[in-house]
This record gives sequence, C-alpha cells and structure tokens, in this order.
Amino acid sequence: MQGRSWFRTLSLIVGFAFLYIPIASLIVYSFNASKLVTVWGGFSTKWYGALLQNDQILGAAWLSLRVAAISATVAVVLGTLAGMVLARFGPFKGRTLFSGLTTAPLVMPEVITGLSLLLLFVTMEQLIGWPAGRGMTTIIIAHVTLTMAYVTVIVQSRLTQMDESLEEAAMDLGARPWKVFFLITLPIIFPALLSGWLLAFTLSLDDLVITSFVAGPGSSTLPMVIFSKVRLGVSPDINALATILVTIVAIGVSIAGVAMSRQQKARERDAQMALAANQQMIESLKKG
Amino acid sequence: MRRFKRLLPRGRTLVTTVPYLWLLLFFLVPFVIVLKISFSQSAIAMPPYEPLLHWASEKMLQVQLNLGNFAFLVEDNLYWKSYLNSIFVAGVSTLLCLLIGYPMAYAMARSNPSTRNILLLLAVLPFFTSFLLRVYAWIGLLKNNGLVNNALMAMGVIDEPIQMLQTDFAVYIGMVYSYLPFMLLPLYSNLEKMDLTLLEAAADLGCKPWQAFVKVTLPLSLPGVIAGCLLVFIPAVGEFVIPSLLGDPGMLMIGKVLWTEFFNNRDWPVASAVAIALLLFLVLPIMYLDRAQNAANEEGERT
Amino acid sequence: MATSPRATQQKFEPWTDPEAKPYVRIEKITKKFGDFVAVDDVSLDIYKKEIFCLLGASGCGKTTLLRMLAGFERPTSGRIYIDGVDMTTIPPYERPVNMMFQSYAVFPHMTVEQNVAFGLKQEGLARAEITRRVGDMLDLVKLGQFAKRKPHQLSGGQRQRVALARALVKKPKLLLLDEPLAALDKKLREHTQFELINIQETLGVTFIVVTHDQEEAMTLSTRVGLMNHGEIVQVGTPSEMYEYPNSRFVAEFIGQVNMFEGKLIEDEPSYVRIGSADLDAPIYVDHGVSSAPGATVWAAVRPEKIQISREKPDDADNWGAGTVRDIAYMGDVSIYLIKLDSGKIVRVTQPNIFRHADDRITWDERVYVHWHATSPVVVTK
Repeated sequence: MQGRSWFRTLSLIVGFAFLYIPIASLIVYSFNASKLVTVWGGFSTKWYGALLQNDQILGAAWLSLRVAAISATVAVVLGTLAGMVLARFGPFKGRTLFSGLTTAPLVMPEVITGLSLLLLFVTMEQLIGWPAGRGMTTIIIAHVTLTMAYVTVIVQSRLTQMDESLEEAAMDLGARPWKVFFLITLPIIFPALLSGWLLAFTLSLDDLVITSFVAGPGSSTLPMVIFSKVRLGVSPDINALATILVTIVAIGVSIAGVAMSRQQKARERDAQMALAANQQMIESLKKG
Repeated sequence: MRRFKRLLPRGRTLVTTVPYLWLLLFFLVPFVIVLKISFSQSAIAMPPYEPLLHWASEKMLQVQLNLGNFAFLVEDNLYWKSYLNSIFVAGVSTLLCLLIGYPMAYAMARSNPSTRNILLLLAVLPFFTSFLLRVYAWIGLLKNNGLVNNALMAMGVIDEPIQMLQTDFAVYIGMVYSYLPFMLLPLYSNLEKMDLTLLEAAADLGCKPWQAFVKVTLPLSLPGVIAGCLLVFIPAVGEFVIPSLLGDPGMLMIGKVLWTEFFNNRDWPVASAVAIALLLFLVLPIMYLDRAQNAANEEGERT
Repeated sequence: MATSPRATQQKFEPWTDPEAKPYVRIEKITKKFGDFVAVDDVSLDIYKKEIFCLLGASGCGKTTLLRMLAGFERPTSGRIYIDGVDMTTIPPYERPVNMMFQSYAVFPHMTVEQNVAFGLKQEGLARAEITRRVGDMLDLVKLGQFAKRKPHQLSGGQRQRVALARALVKKPKLLLLDEPLAALDKKLREHTQFELINIQETLGVTFIVVTHDQEEAMTLSTRVGLMNHGEIVQVGTPSEMYEYPNSRFVAEFIGQVNMFEGKLIEDEPSYVRIGSADLDAPIYVDHGVSSAPGATVWAAVRPEKIQISREKPDDADNWGAGTVRDIAYMGDVSIYLIKLDSGKIVRVTQPNIFRHADDRITWDERVYVHWHATSPVVVTK
C-alpha cells in the first residue's frame, strides 16, 4: 500500500487544483486595475467601490438574503417534520409516496421543477387569485420546496443514528410526546438542524434556474442579475462580488472547522476523563 | 416509534400532514399541471395556452386532448438531437467525474483521520460558493485571451490561442467542475466505511495490492459508484447554465431548448411537452436512486 | 454456577403462600406484529419485592413482554395489572413503572444531576425536594462526586448507574431492567450484580429483569421465568429450574445436561426403570413419573452428578461403558467427554480436589460412567 501513496497524493493535488484554481483566479483578478480581465494592470480595489455603488446588485443581494433566510427557516421546520415522519413513524399509508416526494426534488432537473412550479402558480392565480402575481412569495415557496428535501435527508439520517431509547426513556420518566421532542430530540439533533439551515440558505442564495421561472418582473435575485451580466461577458465587478462571497464562505467554514477540531479535542479529553473515572470506580468498589 | 400512533393520534397526523400537503401541492400537483398543459394548444394570451376543458354545449364538458405538441417533438429533429446530445454530454460528464472522483475519494478515505476531515471540508467547500460564479470563473480561464491560452502561449506550446470557450470541451470542463462534489461525497462515504481488514485478509490470502483493489475494494464500492453516477447524470441531463455560459450558442441541450421555448418563444405547451418527455426519460433513474436512498436509510435504522 | 447471595438470607417465598396477593399480574397477554406472534398467551404473577428474571434466547419475546409492562407496546389481547390497577392502556408517561434501558439511554446533553432530576421535574416537584432526592440517590449509587459531569465523561459502568438512579429516584412500583449487565465487562458485572441486589433490598422495589444470560438470571433472581417462542415454559426459583426442569428445553437451556432417550420398562408409584439404547444398563429413578405407557421419555443427568471409574460399577442400573475422547482442564473442574459404546457422548465434570494426581484418568482410557438413583430427572417433552 505504501508504494501507491504517490499516486494518491498526486490525485489529491490534481483534483484540488482543478477545484480551486478557478476560484483563485476570480479572487486575483478582482484586484486588477485593468478593465480587461486578462491583462494585469496593477493592484486596485476600485471594483469593490463600483460594486458598492451598483444599486441593482445591492438590491438583488438584499432580496436574495431575505429570501434565503426565510426559505431556509421554513425549510428547516418542514424538513424536520418530514424527517421525523420518515425516521420515527414507521409504516403508514402513503409512506412510499411521501418518501419519494421528499427525495425527488434533490435530483430533479431544475428546469422541470421551475417550469412546473410556475405553471402551478399561474393556475392557482386563475383559480383562487393567490398568489397574486409572482415575486418574493413565489420564490420563497419554490426555494422551500427545493431545500426542504436536503433538510429532510439530513434530519432523517441524524434521527436514524440517534438511539431511539433516549426518547423512550424520557417518556418512561413521565414526559409527554411533545415534551420529549422539545426536551430530548430537538437539543440532540440541533447541530444537524443548524447545518441543514446553512445548506438551505446557501442553496437558496445560489439558485438561478428555478428562481428565473417563478420570479416576477420586479423581483430579480442576485444570481439572476449576475447571470444577465455574465452573459454579456466578463466584468471585473462580478469578480469583486465573487471574492466577497468566497471570503464569507471561507470564514464560515473555517469557524466550523475550528469548532470541529475543538470538539474533537474535547471528545479526546472526555474519553480520558471517562477512563480515569472508571479506574476510580473500580478502586472504590474494591475497597467497598 | 409505533407508539405515536396510539398515544398521540392527532399530533402524529398533524406532523405528517403539514409536510405531506406542502409536497403534494408544490411538487406533485405541479407535474400534473405540466402534463395537462403539455396537451393543450398554444395561444396568444396570458397564460399563453388554451384550456383543456371546454363547455362545448350547455351541459357538455368536453376534453380536448391535443397531442400536437408531442407530435411536434417527434417530427422536429431539433428535439431528438437535443435529447440525444444531452444524454451523451451528461454521460460523458458522469464518466469524467467518476474517473477524477474515484481516485480523489479513495485517496481522501485512505488518508489519516485528521487530514481526512480537512480534505472533506475542502471537497465540499466549493459546493457552498456560488455555482454560477464558479462557472463564470471558467470564462476568464478559457477565453481566447484567457489565462489558459496566455499561459500556453507564454510557455511556447502554442503560437496562437486555441478556441476553447464555446466548445463542447468547455462544457465538459464546467460540468465536471460543478458536479464533482456530487460524485465525491457518496464515493467517499462508501470507501471510508469500508473495513480495511478485508484488504489485509485479501493480502494474507495472497492478493497483490492491485488485485485486492480490483477484487475487494471495487466491488464493495459499487453502491457508492452508482449513487454518485446517478447524482451527476440526472441533473446534468437537464443542465441549462453551463451550456449557456460555456458552450457554443448553437449547442443543443434539452435544458436550453426548454428554456428557449419558454422564455423566448413563450410556447408554454411545447415547453411542458419537452419537460414531460425529459421526465419520462429520467423517471427510472430517479426512482432507482430514491429506492437506493431509502434502502440506505432503513439500513441505518436497523443498525 | 455462582452461589446466589439470596441463599444466605431468610426465606422469601411469597409465591408459596396462597394468601399472598400478586403485585404484578400478567393475564393472558398476547402480542402480534402482523402475522408474527411475539408473545403468546402469557400469564404470570409477580410478588412485591421480587427480582423476577425473564430469561430466554434473543427473539423469544422477553423484551416485548417488558416493553408492554413499560407501556411502549400495547398487547394484542390480555391485561396487565400493577398493584391491582389495570395498566393495559395507560401510556408510559403515566405508569408508576420505570425502565433501565439496555443502551442505558442516558441523555447526552444533560449532566448526571440533570439526568436524574429529569423524571422528578416531569412530576412538577418543588426544587428543594428534587435536589434532596437527586442527591440521596446519587450517593446511593456512589456517583455523588460525578454529579456535574456529562455522560460522555463517564465510563460505561457509571452510565449504567446514572440510568439506574434516574429510574429509581421516581420511586417506581416496578423497575424494569433490560439486559442490565450485558454491556459491562466481566469483572464489573460481578460487582454490579451484588450491588443491584443490595440496592433492591434497601429500597424494596420490585424488579423485573430481562436477560439472555442464564448465569445472570440464576445469581440475581428470586424466581426465573424461562421463555421460548413467545411462551413461558417454566417458572421457578433458580434451584428448581436447575434441579427440576419440566422439559428437555429447560434442562438444556439452563446449565449442561446429558439427555438419554428411552422408554419406561417398569412404572411404579415410587420408582421407574427406563430402558435406553444409549446405555448398557437401564436407568433407575427413585421417583414416579406420570406418563402414558410406552411413550418416549428422557432422563436428564447433570455432568457433575456423574462419576467415572476404571472398574465396572456393582449396581445393575445407571451405568455405561465407554472411552475417554477429550479432557478439558478448567482449573476448578475438569470436563471429560466420554464416548459410550453406543456412540453417545457423555459429558462429565470432576472437581480437581488434589493439586497433583498421578493416577488421573486420561485420553483413550476405557472407563465406566455411573450415577446415583436420585440424580436423573425424567421429562416427558
């Protein structure tokens, strides 16, 4: 196995270079003074200034952030319920359809989801007059439908890992089912909900295709604005925008990474404590 | 938790009903509507299609099924070609993802635990940055006066820029680049779970490392390979952004065709028919993936 | 077999007293999962302050029965009474019953103290009362110094104590223990067994223990109920189960046994004689047997009740001749596997009384096995 390690290292280097060089190039050229993206005209932060004065982009970003926050929150609520149903309720009538519906949005080509949701909104408007026109509401509904699938998968797999007798123990000790959920289940799966929320937020912030279908004339999200600009060619302020987004994500991920390694260390410390505690107990039993 | 059924019938029903209704209304019903509209006539109106149901005479409800849209799809070889081309492009992209992703996932899964977490983080990190901006980055790299061409010319490999942007090559690059994490994750989680003593047992029984890989690791990782391939292939067939930004404007991809029919030609019935046809093609792989996913979940439940 | 600490105590046998009222009454309980019958028409009476062990292989229905007592499963038919009150349809959070789970199910996000206080908080007790009772209970299980710790900072044995304290602090009428010692290592298991009995005696709570480990059942319990395929096959004290099994299944499940199949050749009220093709001589048993004439019966003889000798026994009954096939030295005893001339393998254990014996029976020797007329138990099924 040792002889093969050069091959493994090589595949890692090539693979990660492939993943990261494009992102690096975006960042480097965001500081390029020249408007021509490929010619280095010296260091400059002027594109960031330009970005901050671009009301269209700022407005779209603000809309996208609000949409992402709301739809991620709704998706976590619905996805948690769906995950509970799949992981804890056992067989019931319509379960197969239900589990199919929860996972299908994950892989459904976005053009199909987008088109079908738009046609639904149009039909609903004809029939019941709601939603009146398309805008933030329809975008949020569409994003919830897409992202709750991811939350469901995360919550379901966390719940299946969780020892079910924890919930039974709480009930055995006198807690009613809803109390069991809030006192035991929710705190234990909370990290999974948090990562589900973050994933839903990111997906919502990033979605172009579905949003383009269900957005109205006055409600362009950030990806829609970027797409229309990018179609016309490379523009340095988009590089600046990309750099800002990458930086935010990188900071978020490093925080998560640090937290994870801290947890790891805490776990190791706890394991040692447990070991010491065990020794202590055996000693005391011998004496007693 | 069978007990919920008895102990809290109303709570249980409520918990099930809310997400169920949401998914029925916003995911299943829309497909029914798409199906309905795919059978109706295009019209210059808002919405731009004729209703399927007509009050033909006073009390006669008449259903007009218009198969014209589907006939149109069959007759016009533009659609045929786009379907076939999409499947071909998605297939090649899946294969490329597998060829790049497998060694990466393997190397990640076999590295020591502390670096493993960092590598995993690095692999999913791009997934959290904007998909659109990552595709956009390749425009800057692949343009005629872009980084790649400039670098090649500076090294003296080529004398004049190669046309890379707006070619199939660029589309493959974009596809592999965007969908690689979808291949990496299922492969990694499969390979990481593998019991390494199996390889030691194989070696003990006389297998050379490459034989052990072919006879033990590879067959055991097959579920991960299949899941990864489907996760890449299914969305890639309907991909719209990558061919529009990196591909030749004339490149036929079914996602682009649908988009054009809908937004540019405003022909909703034909767009719906295209969607239905695409869905019919994808329904088998989607169901397969669904079943595999559920089986994996039940498995988790039992252990 | 370890000696039961109960053997040294004064007599506690409420089940022999016709006046005594059962504390837990299980009445014709059946539980089906679809077509599968997990528990099949089980009736049991369990008395106050008993440690009753439900013993059986995995899948025999013992855990399902326990879960019905806790309220996690509802019986398909039958009723459960605790202290005279019908509990059959009462949900778990309203039963005066608590459970110690096999996985312990200690809440990972709460400290030891919070875990133990959880049940009392659900009852809505005053804070001072909760603090006092939690403190007392932690002292009882010797966890006082670990009160502020989180479960992952504890060893397995300590987590087990948290689970025990958490269930006992509610002063349940009945404590259910699901494989309480299975996850502990061997040394700790022995200590804990005795401690469990002490705690049970201190608090006077009735225990029902589920276990697959017959040694654990024998050590802990006042009475054992052996289950097979959803049915209770025999209920009795540990020594009754061992010395007076009512069937081949019980005899073979609890301890080791040699089973000789045969037919009654003499059937008197005070003795029987059984002819078996396995042996050279008939089996003589000094008690009567109720069986149809000519029916097949089995004589069960425990390995420690058989002697080996080089000389042919004088008795006309209860012996066989064979060759030593295998010897396993276990320290306190040696196990001999002897192949009789009929081909039957007989297992014999002999205590190693002397440290050193030159004249020990060894491999491939011709030997005779024989036993006393009081040793065999005759079973008819």
